[in-house]
Amino acid sequence: MFEYAPAPESVRPQIKEHYGLFIDGRFTDAADGAVFKSLNPSTEEILFTVAEAGEADVRAAVAAARRAQEAVWGPMSGTERGKYLFRIARLLQERAREFAVAESLDNGKPIKETRDFDVPTAAQHFFYHAGWADKLAFAVPGFAGQGPGGADPKPLGVVGQVIPWNFPILMLAWKIAPALACGNTVVLKPAETTPLTALMFAELCQEADLPPGVVNILPGAGATGSALVNSPVDKVAFTGSTAVGRAIAKAVAGSKKKVTLELGGKAANIVFDDAAIDQAVEGIVNGIFFNQGHVCCAGSRLLVQESVAEEVLARLKERVSTLRVGDPLDKNTDIGAINSAEQLARITGLAKVGEEEGADVWQPACDLPERGFWFRPTVFTGVQQSMRIAQEEIFGPVLSVLTFRTPDEAISKANNTPYGLSAGVWTEKGSKILWAAERLRAGVVWANTFNQFDAASPFGGLKESGYGREGGRQGLEAYLDV
Amino acid sequence: MSDNTLPDRLRVNKTYKLYVGGKFPRSESGRSYPVSSPDGTELANAAQASRKDARDAVAAARKAQRPWAGQTAYLRGQILYRAAEMLEGRAGQFAEEVGDATGADPHAALASVEQAIDRLVHYAGWTDKYTSVLGGANPVAGPYFNHTKPEPLGVVAVLAPQDDPFLGLIEAVAPAIAAGNTVVVLASESKPLPALSFGEVLATSDLPGGVVNLLSGNVAEVAPHLASHADVNGIDLGGVDDAGLAAELEADAAGTLKVVRRPGRAGTSLDLLRQWTEYKTVWHPAGMAAAAGGGY
Repeated sequence: MFEYAPAPESVRPQIKEHYGLFIDGRFTDAADGAVFKSLNPSTEEILFTVAEAGEADVRAAVAAARRAQEAVWGPMSGTERGKYLFRIARLLQERAREFAVAESLDNGKPIKETRDFDVPTAAQHFFYHAGWADKLAFAVPGFAGQGPGGADPKPLGVVGQVIPWNFPILMLAWKIAPALACGNTVVLKPAETTPLTALMFAELCQEADLPPGVVNILPGAGATGSALVNSPVDKVAFTGSTAVGRAIAKAVAGSKKKVTLELGGKAANIVFDDAAIDQAVEGIVNGIFFNQGHVCCAGSRLLVQESVAEEVLARLKERVSTLRVGDPLDKNTDIGAINSAEQLARITGLAKVGEEEGADVWQPACDLPERGFWFRPTVFTGVQQSMRIAQEEIFGPVLSVLTFRTPDEAISKANNTPYGLSAGVWTEKGSKILWAAERLRAGVVWANTFNQFDAASPFGGLKESGYGREGGRQGLEAYLDV
Repeated sequence: MSDNTLPDRLRVNKTYKLYVGGKFPRSESGRSYPVSSPDGTELANAAQASRKDARDAVAAARKAQRPWAGQTAYLRGQILYRAAEMLEGRAGQFAEEVGDATGADPHAALASVEQAIDRLVHYAGWTDKYTSVLGGANPVAGPYFNHTKPEPLGVVAVLAPQDDPFLGLIEAVAPAIAAGNTVVVLASESKPLPALSFGEVLATSDLPGGVVNLLSGNVAEVAPHLASHADVNGIDLGGVDDAGLAAELEADAAGTLKVVRRPGRAGTSLDLLRQWTEYKTVWHPAGMAAAAGGGY
């Protein structure tokens, strides 16, 4: 085994000591003066303070977004709207390293991921959707030519968006890019623990000369989100927990508000006996340990065929033992910090339940930093379907391993969950992939790969994983009045 | 008819029953309710479905859903077309029932039945086309074949329109089943008879039992059980005239995150097919050494 020398990322972004709310193109403090702190989860040091939006601020932001939508952004030609989005995509690419480092500092995820995945994919989302802005007549089959003069489908108006902490800038891009391309304006609430890159994005909107009010950013916690959902927006788009998703669906019941929800998951990653084992092991590792397992579509249930289970598990443990846990800004780091003390407590609690319920726990020996929030990669074997670690979303680096004998049993176990976001299939047999993909109740199926995302590829779930898609042509349906 | 003369022949009246799982049960509750035409003429008694009937219907729909979705699109299309054929042969009977239910004149009633037949034919032709219109291959930035196609949502509860008891019901049901869903339909409360007769058409159209389940009864009583049922994936509130009840049902449906179609929504036939589908996206490496994902 090679020894690693630390390889810390040298770029350091200019993080301000304090950020305001971004309303109508300007930074401003909260009407009631509320402020909260954002921590670096890998050191527990305070990174900056930020204004916390209250109801009055939500009202002001929604009103600004309404004015901008009616006066500027809605009437603007698709070509011009598109050019703003292209400009944003380019600026994000130019400042990519700065955003990547900021994201790693605020979120705790490894620089390898923010640099190679989060920020480039966010930029791609703006670039992709920029090109849709003047082609909306082609976005929804059967729509072109309807209405007076073959009018394009109309935007919904003002969109309230609430995003989670696991992919802050990427989730922002998934929400804002399609909304703006379709002619909507937005009020977005970043997660309480990760507002930094959203606020840097607000600065970037200023730099891009985006008309004031088109994008409004309101940091805050649950109360801010609730105020936004209940404000006079035309649509609510939410990514987060199923519990909050339910509450939002209830809150908009009986109103004219449209809603799309991207919620939790408990994805099965199915390894058949004819899989390429080494590749499958890489996919299992990527499926559950990518982003510390803070991934709604994480492959948190490994379903491995009995005949190869022993071999797969041996190789998996060997591979997991080589993962490097530690400083998110070290380019060698595979697993960074858990995002918050609260999330660490949840993961620790559910892992304890797993042991109490009789599953066998395994963790590699690895040193953890003294300060910050950390959790070792964890593999549970001997897991039964009834156990909570097989049913509940842990949202951490914890894998539950179950076995199966027949393909039918694999499908039935995979579908035995109220969720339906994603699934993985590993086999070298093409027909088996198609057979399984057809039967898996999931919005995204990865065959011989896992955790792939792309602006051109619709993402979203079934059942209690929510409804609506983000990305691709299909994702536009969520932001047009169709 | 109260004199003592012998009638030429006593008419054989139909018992209007539910249609659940391909069978025609009475309500398990033993209840029925009188159905009259707008001028007050008593037409028949209809079975009054209970919570248990609604649950039985959902169970039947769930059982039928995977096999129905697993049929070829061509076969689903032929079965819907067969339903149109069966309906054409009984257009006169349905026109009479629609006329009795709504008070429409015979010409208008027949026209609406003929329109319903044509809608079935229209959707019969959609089954093997909508997936290619709505889905497709996505040009992702990597060595992957990536494609998206619409798949059925699952079990859809349809609260059928109150005032348009037959054509309105066909318009709601046809796109849902064309897309591979199975449905539990609560017919127009005061005008359920044409809907219940429609079960006889479906039963002779090679449509597998359980794909369409037809209930009659009280909307306010039965609908909440459908809206909160965990095995229902979508709910069409088109037939809920009371805005307060519609809001309550939507809130009930939020408990299990059902897809909800609110009252008053219009749209093309493709919009209706889209409403009851979910997009599934499948990724597949297109290179021998395609990455297992991420940066590990």
